[in-house]
Amino acid sequence: MTQTSEFAVELRDVVKTFKTPEGTLLNAVDHVNMQIKHGEFFSMLGSSGCGKTTSLRMMAGFEWPTEGDVYIEGNAQGHTPPFQRPVNTVFQSYALFQHMTIYQNIAFGLEMERAPADEVKTRVGRLLDMVQLNGMERRYPKQLSGGQQQRVALARALVKMPNVLLLDEPLGALDLKLRKEMQLELKAIQQKVGITFVYVTHDQEEALTMSDRIAVMSKGKVMQVGIPVEIYERPQSRFVADFIGESNFFEGIVQSVEQDRATVLVPSLKAEVTGLNTGQVGVGQKAIISIRPEKIRISEQPALKTNFFNGTVKTTTYIGSDTHVYVDMGGGVTLKVWEQNKISSLDPRAYYVQGQKVCLNLFPENTLILAES
Amino acid sequence: MNPHRRHPFIRVATILVYFFLYAPILVLVLYSFNASRTNILFAGFIPSFGALQMGGSTVVQSPCGPFHWFCELSRNREVGLAARNTLTIAFISTFISTIIGTMAALAIQRYNFRLKSFSQLSLYVPIVIPEIVMGIGILTLFSQLFGILNGAFGLEGDSRLSLGLGTVIVSHIAFSVPFVTLVVQARLQGFDKSFEEAAMDLGANELITFWRVTFPMILPGVLSGALLAFTLSLDDFVITFFTTGPGATTLPIYVYGLLRRIITPQVNALSTVWIAIVLTVVFLLQRLQSREAK
Ligand SMILES: Nc1ncnc2c1ncn2[C@@H]1O[C@H](COP(=O)(O)OP(=O)(O)OP(=O)(O)O)[C@@H](O)[C@H]1O
Ligand SMILES: [Mg+2]
Repeated sequence: MTQTSEFAVELRDVVKTFKTPEGTLLNAVDHVNMQIKHGEFFSMLGSSGCGKTTSLRMMAGFEWPTEGDVYIEGNAQGHTPPFQRPVNTVFQSYALFQHMTIYQNIAFGLEMERAPADEVKTRVGRLLDMVQLNGMERRYPKQLSGGQQQRVALARALVKMPNVLLLDEPLGALDLKLRKEMQLELKAIQQKVGITFVYVTHDQEEALTMSDRIAVMSKGKVMQVGIPVEIYERPQSRFVADFIGESNFFEGIVQSVEQDRATVLVPSLKAEVTGLNTGQVGVGQKAIISIRPEKIRISEQPALKTNFFNGTVKTTTYIGSDTHVYVDMGGGVTLKVWEQNKISSLDPRAYYVQGQKVCLNLFPENTLILAES
Repeated sequence: MNPHRRHPFIRVATILVYFFLYAPILVLVLYSFNASRTNILFAGFIPSFGALQMGGSTVVQSPCGPFHWFCELSRNREVGLAARNTLTIAFISTFISTIIGTMAALAIQRYNFRLKSFSQLSLYVPIVIPEIVMGIGILTLFSQLFGILNGAFGLEGDSRLSLGLGTVIVSHIAFSVPFVTLVVQARLQGFDKSFEEAAMDLGANELITFWRVTFPMILPGVLSGALLAFTLSLDDFVITFFTTGPGATTLPIYVYGLLRRIITPQVNALSTVWIAIVLTVVFLLQRLQSREAK
């Protein structure tokens, strides 16, 4: 693999416009810039219809950008057909050739390269080893389970040793347990072969556990790119904070800014909240406050000198590892608080009961002040 | 009450359906061994000793025994010729209409073009239109066309364009194409384009993708279409009747001609052989297809 460019794949200002059946134009991908580094496990995460598949298909060459261009290893792809691009795809539906055996399926790509027969044999054998499908090579795809078919699809694409492997929700059809197993296995294989993976998923947990970096997408646009911790701990917008995990939001006006902190007057709480000014919001501007339910400290007496708020427990939901407490703050505001269960097994009572007066402590370093989007 | 218990009506209906489907065929086959020439009553099987003897309208003895009419048939040179014509026409028209029909189905499935809905609709026209109308239409077309061409190029005698094998083949292709297209289309309905994309992704260009992936996957549909075209061509009487010419008599036309003269059990013998061949071909193709599908 020669590294002629800093990036394995790059999208430069890519737009893809589709004509909808209703006759209107839709930007499925809307001025997207994306830089995917060599050997990286890069995920595109977003809800249904946000343009993930379309972006991936443009990298593979099944669709051509309406504007902008896809660069692979620094080369503009233009209208290069898929069979001339150094990338391979694992399809969500696997798309295994039903009339060919597993061996023939995996060997297909090498055959197209006119690789010598003995080389095909050793390379296919190595891949069969890697995906643990030895002894199955004579079977037809229909004679395998979903998980096994998934492995064949992976092996078939990997056997060509592409610069980049594109995966479109490859685990979407598997049940939860198998999915978790395959997540670990995929990640292990990626690290072993060192190939750049571009991975499309709408499952945030999957993206967080597997990826080196994640691009969160919405309505054809990239909302944020970053390592998993960044995406979760430092969302740059209300959308990302809301889409990844859960969060409580307030709106308000910034009253004062002091170093990396800002204080916001929140009308719905009739109080001021101080937090990390990650959105670099200026005094007098509108801001969104975001705090994750597990970062709120619930107590009977205030644990902080400031930034604590009183409320009444509305409901509690026991879900095993956590208890979800919903606290009525007055003025129609309800906050979600996830409290980890450290209850002694001898006294398995919930800590907080309905109607109980509690105090919610918002640590400023966990309270994010975001710019209004 | 067992919900799966069969209603007596179903049993009766089944018996009736099978009776009306197969009784005529059984009678037909039985009569091809008839000792009577007139074919109205079954006068028993023909014994097999000695030279041919006929008492009145009854064949008393024949060297071929019960297979007397089959022997007669095999000596009939006109039948041989008609059979050869029929098969030639069927094979050529099936081959060509299968190719055209498959390509049409692929085009309609894949591409958006201006006359798409029109071409889809136009497929049904030859199917719903009465065959006799189509036959007359084709005949008129050919005779006009040949008249103009013969006049324009001053063609005389044997080199004149006229009705014959060629015209029959062309007309058979014309009515088979819509059937093939519809059958292949049905097969393409669930065809996921990601199979082709996968092949291209793995380095196959459009042509290799077609031959290595698309074609093998739609082959069962193509074979069903071809089988349909083949049987339609073998069977066809009406359109062939209008477009055939001297030396291009097919079996259905020949049998019709025989019936107008005398009905001997030779016709039955011919039909029996015909049924046997068609059944064998259908059976073999079915076997092939089910193996393909696995
Ligand atoms: N060929 C097409 N013609 C018209 N519109 C299309 C076409 N392909 C995709 N779209 C539209 O583009 C938008 C983005 O589609 P895309 O398949 O990229 O979404 P996605 O993020 O992969 O969603 P999902 O998670 O549901 O797979 C959707 O609104 C979709 O309806
Ligand atoms: Mg998708």
